Amino acid sequence: MAELNHIAILPILVPMAAVIANLLLGNLRPVSRVRLNIAFSVVLLLVSILLLVVLARSDGNLAAVYPLGNWPVPFGIVLVADRLAAVMVLVTSILSLAALLYASARWHSRGSNFFPLFHALTMGLNGAFLTGDLFNLFVFFELLLAASYGLTLHGGGRNQVKAALHYIAINLVASFLFLIGVALIYATTGTLNMADIGRAVPLIAPDDRGLFDAGAAVLGVAFLIKAGSWPLHFWLPRTYSSAAPPVAALFAVMTKVGFYAILRLWTLVFANASGPELAFGQNVLLVLGLATIAYGSIGALSSKALDRLASYLILVSAGTLLLAVGYNAPGVTSGALYYVVAATLAAGALFLLKDVIDQILPAEAQVLAVSLEIYGDEEEAPDDSDEVSRTLPGAATLVSWCFAIAALIMAGLPPLSGFVSKFAMISAALGAGPTAATWWFIAALIGSGFLVLVAMVRNGINIFWTSLPDSDVPRVRTAEIVPIVALLALCVLLALAAGPAMAFFAETAAFIHSPQGYMDVVLPMGTAP
Amino acid sequence: MELILAAAIGVLAASGVYLILRPRTFQVIIGLSLISYAVNLFILAMGRLRMDAAPILDGANANPADYVDPVPQALVLTAIVIGFAMTALFLVVLLAARGLTGNDHVDGKLD
Repeated sequence: MAELNHIAILPILVPMAAVIANLLLGNLRPVSRVRLNIAFSVVLLLVSILLLVVLARSDGNLAAVYPLGNWPVPFGIVLVADRLAAVMVLVTSILSLAALLYASARWHSRGSNFFPLFHALTMGLNGAFLTGDLFNLFVFFELLLAASYGLTLHGGGRNQVKAALHYIAINLVASFLFLIGVALIYATTGTLNMADIGRAVPLIAPDDRGLFDAGAAVLGVAFLIKAGSWPLHFWLPRTYSSAAPPVAALFAVMTKVGFYAILRLWTLVFANASGPELAFGQNVLLVLGLATIAYGSIGALSSKALDRLASYLILVSAGTLLLAVGYNAPGVTSGALYYVVAATLAAGALFLLKDVIDQILPAEAQVLAVSLEIYGDEEEAPDDSDEVSRTLPGAATLVSWCFAIAALIMAGLPPLSGFVSKFAMISAALGAGPTAATWWFIAALIGSGFLVLVAMVRNGINIFWTSLPDSDVPRVRTAEIVPIVALLALCVLLALAAGPAMAFFAETAAFIHSPQGYMDVVLPMGTAP
Repeated sequence: MELILAAAIGVLAASGVYLILRPRTFQVIIGLSLISYAVNLFILAMGRLRMDAAPILDGANANPADYVDPVPQALVLTAIVIGFAMTALFLVVLLAARGLTGNDHVDGKLD
């Protein structure tokens, strides 16, 4: 038990050590520098796996609680690694290792300070997932945002600077909203510890209730901006599609921080509250989730370039997750947790894949594909007989398989993990007693899956069937294709191990939906072991 | 005092919101700074306003009622530092955008 609690801080310390090592060893040879950074990412992955395994082997109500500086819990800052946090940390670590491997092939040298910023972003993400203190969450948000500002500009050009300008401005405003929300919540509950807020909410004086609800709503708006919810998402497609591919891949997990914060706080404070607070804002979450899915699906249909398509897929998954949180049923939440793992890994792989396709495909072929689509290509009937039986070159075959797998996961088609997660969510929603919201929920999941499938298939035909050059395909770098294959293989593995994974996520969701359990774990931890 | 503080926060926030909706990047950054001042004052006000009370416990007198809440002061300190750093970072991006696009419009084009 004592060792367990100390693991909780390691996913923050390892990237921090990586940042410091990068700054101190600034004039290392490039090769050893890349190796050092990969080693740090591997260590982080091992630590995250260890954390998850330790939590998974004990019963579902356990969490590693680490009071920083050994201050008693409601007064000091505390890190809480329950299963939800451990899963998110593991996803971040996997994605950051894959993106780092990819970047180490050539992207890291396109600008300065790539590795320190990258590790700082990982540290901020892990910290945001692990912290149990509202203001500490703000600090980790700022940390990851500061690193992400630098990374958005990596490999800079005019478009990136323009996108970064908007991105920074909107996130600064979101940070101020975050602070206003935190201040209002502190004023009414007198505490910043999340578990303690959950305990104090029923005790708020009736006069202060309006103030507390306003604070929670303002805080919710800040989280919704990060989560990329409609109508607060207009910064997202442009920023993500102009960022360097490895950076965009890691950004795939960044919108999930907003989802995580909403899930954590909303289930802790409102989902099962008594009296007028019960499910405060549930309808807002449902409506925003539906609108985000609709916007994301239509945007995916309208996008011609793969990077824009991937950005809109991020919006679709953000909307799906919001909808699942708003549904407020443990079964749906467990499906959503499965979905967040699969969708994040697949979206990260898609951002990397886009860059590989850019290398295979000459730029003029892509333009041709686009203009064909605009002007219509009905007259160009396939008159060549060997056109039909053209064999794809080796590298291109692998890439097209990766694309197909990513498409299956994103669209939620059987037999891969996207389908399993959507099936789990829909069957849990039906099992919990159908209401009007259930039908909207099912229609949104299936409809968005269909639109995403159309968009992905259209792009795939464009890229692999009409635009691939017949010969002289450049070799794809092994260091670049391996992370993509590994990410997608993990998604496939998740589908193969769907039984144990769903059982694990069901226990996790049960723990999230019984806030008393979370409070019981966190609050008695007066001092560190 | 409450009225003065509330009015100050309101004026700062309103001016800030007006400025960040303007098309020039310099106006946006001044607007963000004004909003950050408003937010910092707001956090301080959320710890209840007290005159002539110290935030640090004195050994001789351990009655919490004689002290002002120290937590919002610590929060404001953190928020000021972070807000300052972010504004400085934004300023750099603003200058880069000015250099690359040749004008100071937030969308990088003159209308």
